[in-house]
Amino acid sequence: MTWKQVFSTSVGNKLIMALTGIFLILFLVIHAALNACIWAMDGGEMFNKGAHFMGSNVVPRILEIGLFAGFILHIVQSYKLTIKNKKARSVGYEVDYGNRGSKWYSRSMALLGTIVLLFLVIHLTDFWYPNRSNQGFLLGEEINLYLKMQDTFSQLWVVIVYVAGCISLGYHLAHGFQSAFKTLGVHNKRYHIMLSSLGLGFSIVIAVLFALMPISFYMGWV
Amino acid sequence: MNLTLKVWRQQNTKADGKFETYQVKNISHEMSFLEMIDVLNEQLIVEGAEPVAFDHDCREGICGMCSMYIDGKPHGPWQANTTCQLHMRAFKDGDTITIEPWRANAFPVVKDLMVDRSAFDRIIQAGGYISVNTGNAVDGNSLPINKDKADAAFAAAMCIGCGACVAACKNSSAMLFLSAKVSHLALLPQGEPERKSRVMNMVAQMDKEGFGACTNTGACEATCPKEISLTNIARLNQEYLAASITSN
Repeated sequence: MTWKQVFSTSVGNKLIMALTGIFLILFLVIHAALNACIWAMDGGEMFNKGAHFMGSNVVPRILEIGLFAGFILHIVQSYKLTIKNKKARSVGYEVDYGNRGSKWYSRSMALLGTIVLLFLVIHLTDFWYPNRSNQGFLLGEEINLYLKMQDTFSQLWVVIVYVAGCISLGYHLAHGFQSAFKTLGVHNKRYHIMLSSLGLGFSIVIAVLFALMPISFYMGWV
Repeated sequence: MNLTLKVWRQQNTKADGKFETYQVKNISHEMSFLEMIDVLNEQLIVEGAEPVAFDHDCREGICGMCSMYIDGKPHGPWQANTTCQLHMRAFKDGDTITIEPWRANAFPVVKDLMVDRSAFDRIIQAGGYISVNTGNAVDGNSLPINKDKADAAFAAAMCIGCGACVAACKNSSAMLFLSAKVSHLALLPQGEPERKSRVMNMVAQMDKEGFGACTNTGACEATCPKEISLTNIARLNQEYLAASITSN
């Protein structure tokens, strides 16, 4: 069996979703940790140093290409799967099943993912694009991202959009984290309970951390 | 009690179907749901109308033939229950009950409430078996099997293949059914020789039949009359991954 065949089945498609999902989860950890430098209370010195490393060192810049590939694969695969799954039932039910004995966010991953995608486009347009275009998309001079954050998050509606994006991300992760490990075959009860709790905790921490960043700037905490 | 029934009527696979409304009277609380449908059918025969076609066999909750989507739930409102074991005490006088067939493209409606579930048979044919040499049967006790594994295999073997998991799943996925069949044999030494080819072939057949993919929502586990655990799906994923990595 070729690798193409392995990843072409419905279980193989899920494996792609799980592997790219875990890769993106790891990215979130790094992103949140670096951004947390805004709370160093040094006028953004440490944060800008971190941003400078990520923007000027060749290793993270190569990893950035991998990150985009991960995002694209995750997004394209999810829409392909959603369309395939919708097509599996052309005549629906008269009476709605309601919650189907499942969590609403587990049934709404495509919707939550779409909101996160829209948020991602806004976020990249706000920060990544202006910074990288200033660098000529290579290793040129960066903009002061701390000041850029301060400026962007001085508007209430922007803060609201970002907080809404973070909440969507949190719910997306609440299902996605534990689901990814199930897809990779974790069925041992002990690990399953551990990963479910870890996933829930992770989704809350990540959503709260990211949401606190625009709030902190808007409220003048940093 | 007196009830109003909204029943899906469809002449054949290609015909357009619609809901018909019927009144049934003097239904006992002690009756099973299928006995209530029998009363309706006797009434329809007396009136010269065509009775409602529906699947049933053992009426003991073990064969997996009955398959009605009752008031928005496969097998009706009770937990861990088949349609034949659903009793009319679950309803009250004056209720309107909507009865639909399983909805999935892989389960085409044959007539009224009957659907063609031969897709499941073909999935089983693709790998849900073990090869046994002819000759004298081996003494069962000569093959030691860990108690936990035997119990887990038995729990998976409880699947009666009714298709409620597909009917409940928002993706019309057959993963709970497939995972129960794969787990049942993967956990036992008798299933070892065909372990890798089994999972690969059965997954390929499931896709060929047009079922959707699993997104781990858990709706299947919540509705399964035999309480097949979602754990089996994770085990199936592991079997698939292991077979993919180690196959030639």
